[in-house]
Amino acid sequence: MDTIVCIKQVPDTEELSHIRVNCETNTLVRESVKAIINPFDENAIEEALRLREAKGGRVTVISMGPPQAKEALRKALALGADQAILVSDSSFAGSDTLATSYTLAMGIKKIGKFDLLLLGKQAIDGDTAQVGPGLAEWLRIPQITYARKIEVNGNQIRAERTLEDAFEVVEVTLPCLATVTKEINIPRYPSLKGLLSAKRKEVLVWGADDLFLDRKRIGLEGSPTQVIKIFTPQPPPKGEILTGEIPELADRLIEKLRERKIL
Amino acid sequence: MAEIRVDLEKCNGCGECIPSCSFSALEMKDEKVRILATCTLCGACVDACSEEAIILEKEEKEVDLSSYRGVWVFAEQRQGQIMPVTYELLGEGRKLADDLEEEFSLVLLGWKIEEKARELTRYRIDKLYMVEDSLLEHYHTSFYTQALVDLVRSEKPGIILLGATSLGRDLAPRVAARLKTGLTADCTGLEVEPEERNLLQTRPALGGNIMATIISPHHRPQIATVRPKVMKRAKPDGKGQVRVIKIKPDLASEDEMVRILELIREEKDVVDLQEAEIIVSGGRGLGKPENFSLIRRLAHLLGGAVGASRAVVDAGWIPSYHQVGQTGKSVQPKLYVACGISGAIQHQAGMRSSEIIVAINKDPNAPIFDIATYGIVADLHRFLPVLIDQLEKREKALL
Ligand SMILES: Cc1cc2nc3c(=O)[nH]c(=O)nc-3n(C[C@H](O)[C@H](O)[C@H](O)COP(=O)(O)OP(=O)(O)OC[C@H]3O[C@@H](n4cnc5c(N)ncnc54)[C@H](O)[C@@H]3O)c2cc1C
Ligand SMILES: Nc1ncnc2c1ncn2[C@@H]1O[C@H](COP(=O)(O)O)[C@@H](O)[C@H]1O
Repeated sequence: MDTIVCIKQVPDTEELSHIRVNCETNTLVRESVKAIINPFDENAIEEALRLREAKGGRVTVISMGPPQAKEALRKALALGADQAILVSDSSFAGSDTLATSYTLAMGIKKIGKFDLLLLGKQAIDGDTAQVGPGLAEWLRIPQITYARKIEVNGNQIRAERTLEDAFEVVEVTLPCLATVTKEINIPRYPSLKGLLSAKRKEVLVWGADDLFLDRKRIGLEGSPTQVIKIFTPQPPPKGEILTGEIPELADRLIEKLRERKIL
Repeated sequence: MAEIRVDLEKCNGCGECIPSCSFSALEMKDEKVRILATCTLCGACVDACSEEAIILEKEEKEVDLSSYRGVWVFAEQRQGQIMPVTYELLGEGRKLADDLEEEFSLVLLGWKIEEKARELTRYRIDKLYMVEDSLLEHYHTSFYTQALVDLVRSEKPGIILLGATSLGRDLAPRVAARLKTGLTADCTGLEVEPEERNLLQTRPALGGNIMATIISPHHRPQIATVRPKVMKRAKPDGKGQVRVIKIKPDLASEDEMVRILELIREEKDVVDLQEAEIIVSGGRGLGKPENFSLIRRLAHLLGGAVGASRAVVDAGWIPSYHQVGQTGKSVQPKLYVACGISGAIQHQAGMRSSEIIVAINKDPNAPIFDIATYGIVADLHRFLPVLIDQLEKREKALL
């Protein structure tokens, strides 16, 4: 059971409120660059580790991003991944989800055979949830999005997919791709042993020349979408602090809700 | 990007091609050769095959953007029911088509959907594509992708809108990747640029802290998924002059398809949170799990659902499907009541677009007050019972 997990390094959410937009250049000004593994990707790593514990095989983590993303991969090694690969090249800059999924697909082809490809349901910076299905398409394998439970039986997996008002039990023959929600498991912390053995493992770095790439499909050129404007949303109109003694406060709130036709 | 496939009629299963591949990307299955995911499209096998059964399609030609016209809305149905977001897109799609002075079409995929199709012709649309096949009865990524992509290739729409539902967000990226075109997720604002005929797609990013406007200037169709409950529902004010075009898709079942074994409805609590017009949420300020009974009673009185912060979910006070926020659910009810929730940025990410926000917190500096419509600085253990009591009295008086 060989699993590949795609992980993305994202800005620490604690920092999000400090992010400001530079309106002239349409870029983000990040005062500090503390970064974390995308939370749903931690669930994907955890699921891969559990499947390995149950079925054997290898867990490879792969990330596409700038050199700093090595940090995220090192953490995955400390958690117990067998191998970590960073796909990184200045020519990948400006990739949208189509170019990202293409580049990751080429990295995955270089890794070679796998049974299961796991991703988080979405990245919390872009919130697109598009890289998973895009990747499945480039690799021409079936996809199971929003998986909250995965079971492997021989060369089949059975999964529960979360929908809005229901869940779906599905089955598919491997290889396949699945994106996971946070209900699927509770991620572990790295153990001391893990931290020590991760120190001995290397993060492999592959650039554009290491992959069989169609140059027109990567970076800005390979990205159909362009961000033309970034702006801060209108702050909500300033609210009202209701004051007074408790019974009166409750009355005033009820009155307000009545005015707004809630009651 | 090139594509490779095997012509199964020509392949005689001789296996000559297998050793030609340095990536072990070929295998025999049912006496036919099959190309695996490890293929790098190098083309060595094409030359090795004496039957010309392996076909490598080269780069698609430069597209003529102006040949792509019209606005499409994907009409989402599940179990024969049209999803609410479809009616929202009907209004929005019509507006964009009018601004572009182009045709507006609806695309409905399914099986035995005649009646639903008739219902949709009451809206102001120019064309309705009705794509029917028994394989489309339930949503399958592979069949829906194939049917939609084939229709796009033959009809060439300029814009396609889908709801940003679990189905739309599964289908759209697969379709966009197959068409090698741009896709913008979860849009909350759409406009057209009349000269360039570009779709300006605005969406929140970074947990709603910033907004981005995105275009796909050199690719068609332009595809967007649109967040439910943001656009206004259309009214059925069409004159019934809709051209209905019936399509029989050409679908082949792939052997590696995902099989749906069962569809199980969620517990009522789960569904409620997604659809509720009113949500009452509790956080760590409740002090202990038992105090969620206050939240439940208030929710019940207001006819709403129960939400929670991650802190109390992590503490095991309430199941995780109640969690609102960046890693929980994104909700936008008419009224959101936050009780004992500090209003961390990750919590705000999931509820800040609610119409009215009421915050009850004893700390006047809690960040939740930055976004609250009505703030109440009080101890919730004293305030909530009084509020509940007064609401109950009010209810009795009204009876
Ligand atoms: C990657 C990541 C993702 C996250 N995703 C989410 C998410 O999806 N959803 C989410 O909610 N959080 C999320 N969080 C956690 C978030 O940062 C906060 O920790 C969490 O929302 C805090 O929950 P809380 O407001 O209930 O608790 P606290 O922050 O502890 O706040 C409790 C509040 O109750 C008030 N209070 C205490 N006693 C009383 C009283 N008697 N009467 C009135 N008020 C009282 C206090 O003044 C305080 O403001 C995420 C964090 C990270 C790092
Ligand atoms: N640059 C990347 N490198 C590795 N994995 C990624 C990258 N971007 C996205 N992913 C994976 O795709 C999932 C969905 O991301 P997104 O489509 O950006 O919301 C993430 O949870 C990751 O598992």
